[in-house]
Amino acid sequence: MLIVLLVVVFPFIWTFLIAFQRLRLIDLQNVFDVKLTLRNFEIVLGSPDLWRMVRTTLIYSIGGTALSVGAGLLTALALRTTFVGRWFVRAIVLVPYVMPVVSAVLVWKTLLNPQFGPLNVFGLEHLGWDEPIAFLSERSHTFGVLGIHLTVPMALLTVIVFEAWKTFPLAFLFILARLQSLPKELEEAAKVDGATPLQRFRYIILPQLSGVIALLVLLRFIWTFQNFNDVYLLTGGAAGTEVVAVKVFNYLTGRNDVGSAAALGQLMSIVLLAAFAVYYRYGVLRQERAVA
Amino acid sequence: MISRDRLETRILRVARVLWLTIVVAGSLVPLLYMVLLSVRPLQGVLADPLDLLPSRDELNLEAYRRVIRSPAEGGYGMLSFFRNSLIVSVGSSVLTVLVSVLGAYAATRLRFPLKNVINASFFAVYMFPGIVMAIPLFVLFSRLGLRGQLPALIVIYLASTVPVSVYMLRNYFRSIPKGLEDAAMVDGCNRMQVITKVVLPLALPAIAATSLYVFMIAWNEYLFALLFLLEARDKWTVSLGLAQLDDISVSTTALMAGSVLLTLPVIALFFAAERMLVEGLTAGAEKG
Repeated sequence: MLIVLLVVVFPFIWTFLIAFQRLRLIDLQNVFDVKLTLRNFEIVLGSPDLWRMVRTTLIYSIGGTALSVGAGLLTALALRTTFVGRWFVRAIVLVPYVMPVVSAVLVWKTLLNPQFGPLNVFGLEHLGWDEPIAFLSERSHTFGVLGIHLTVPMALLTVIVFEAWKTFPLAFLFILARLQSLPKELEEAAKVDGATPLQRFRYIILPQLSGVIALLVLLRFIWTFQNFNDVYLLTGGAAGTEVVAVKVFNYLTGRNDVGSAAALGQLMSIVLLAAFAVYYRYGVLRQERAVA
Repeated sequence: MISRDRLETRILRVARVLWLTIVVAGSLVPLLYMVLLSVRPLQGVLADPLDLLPSRDELNLEAYRRVIRSPAEGGYGMLSFFRNSLIVSVGSSVLTVLVSVLGAYAATRLRFPLKNVINASFFAVYMFPGIVMAIPLFVLFSRLGLRGQLPALIVIYLASTVPVSVYMLRNYFRSIPKGLEDAAMVDGCNRMQVITKVVLPLALPAIAATSLYVFMIAWNEYLFALLFLLEARDKWTVSLGLAQLDDISVSTTALMAGSVLLTLPVIALFFAAERMLVEGLTAGAEKG
């Protein structure tokens, strides 16, 4: 019995230790020279583009989260009632989530290609664009619509849309599961009382979904914040898309500066730890409410 | 004059169809485009990028032949990437499920003092950024000379998927009535026999779903493969290999053919076991 327990517990403790070994391995290198440790943080915090990176990361995580959860909510609402072909739509919608990230990136790159990407060719031939848009390598792009000029961070916007496209199915699944467990009586009563569809959504459905939406927002924020693959594969962190995970990677491999990578990684973890604390507290609160 | 109720209902009906069209198109077009591009020659694509449907005489599988052939034969060696991906994905899913079944069972049934710590640590590890977790492993494996070895990657996938798997399986184990196990105990089974003869057969669907799930994570993974296998070309997985091919500007049709080969196995597996996996997804939620 004890042996079974050991076999069971060991991997967990080992996994658990990995989370902390990060500290120890770095300490091992720095233990003989305390100044070196401080220098790592100095390098990271004194980096001239630090604030730009923080800003990019925040825009990326917040924008990606909002779009992903928003699209998931709309899709769940649209698929709530049954119709012919619903199962088909429901299955198709999951494709972006299941598709390997490398494949998804390669297709997007091709679709958005400035020379022969269908989107640009279509824009040039049929929408009257003056020149192709380099969606993934242009830092900012100015649109002139009806005399109003609007400048958007093009590459950053593209990686945000990609992130939302890739992850909205998860939000969709969560919200749909919740929608289908809602009691029908409340809504029917409101309908009898003359509430219009939008009013029923605003005052009956949305309050009941607030729990799952809050949970999704937190989860998506935590995961988008640490996302590496999408940005690295799409733009390599160029054109104003260098988020914190890509920066850590660049310290680690580009400059072989393990110390600085770890220092930045630790700062990153602190932000995530704070988000995790909210998640944990929220999770605990939610369980209590379920019990009560 | 129509009532506000009617008006809203009508507008919403139109908006709903519109949105569903956008969503279906957005989800399907990249996949279809990938397949269409992979079966035609590059010249045809460049000549008229908007002509998406290949004409019949254009259709050919040359791009597939190119990516699959080994570098010695002038191809890109996808076959060896496939072998590596299979070794890593199957290895990780078998090992993870082995560890997770025991772990999930312990977390559900047995009482021991560390239980809460373990439960919390699943989540901590699960929420932890992959890139930060990679740093100590990068240093450790570099020192041990394990970089460029497939088993090293399996160990990493094992560590990063065990928490989710335990979580998924635990939810399932909880639904197995304890009375059943007690009855087996009374009949003279020991703990191990209870697990193999009572719990495992009952949990088979959940175990199948979990192993598929781990398989898909390992198959799709990119960051760790990049960090640990980059300098050993013969050990590249499909994801890593394709991304590297993109960097050396291989022709687009060949890249699309590779993407189809990378995508098809996961899409097929996913839809073969959709119901089981969707339950798992909403219970555990893949980090991504």
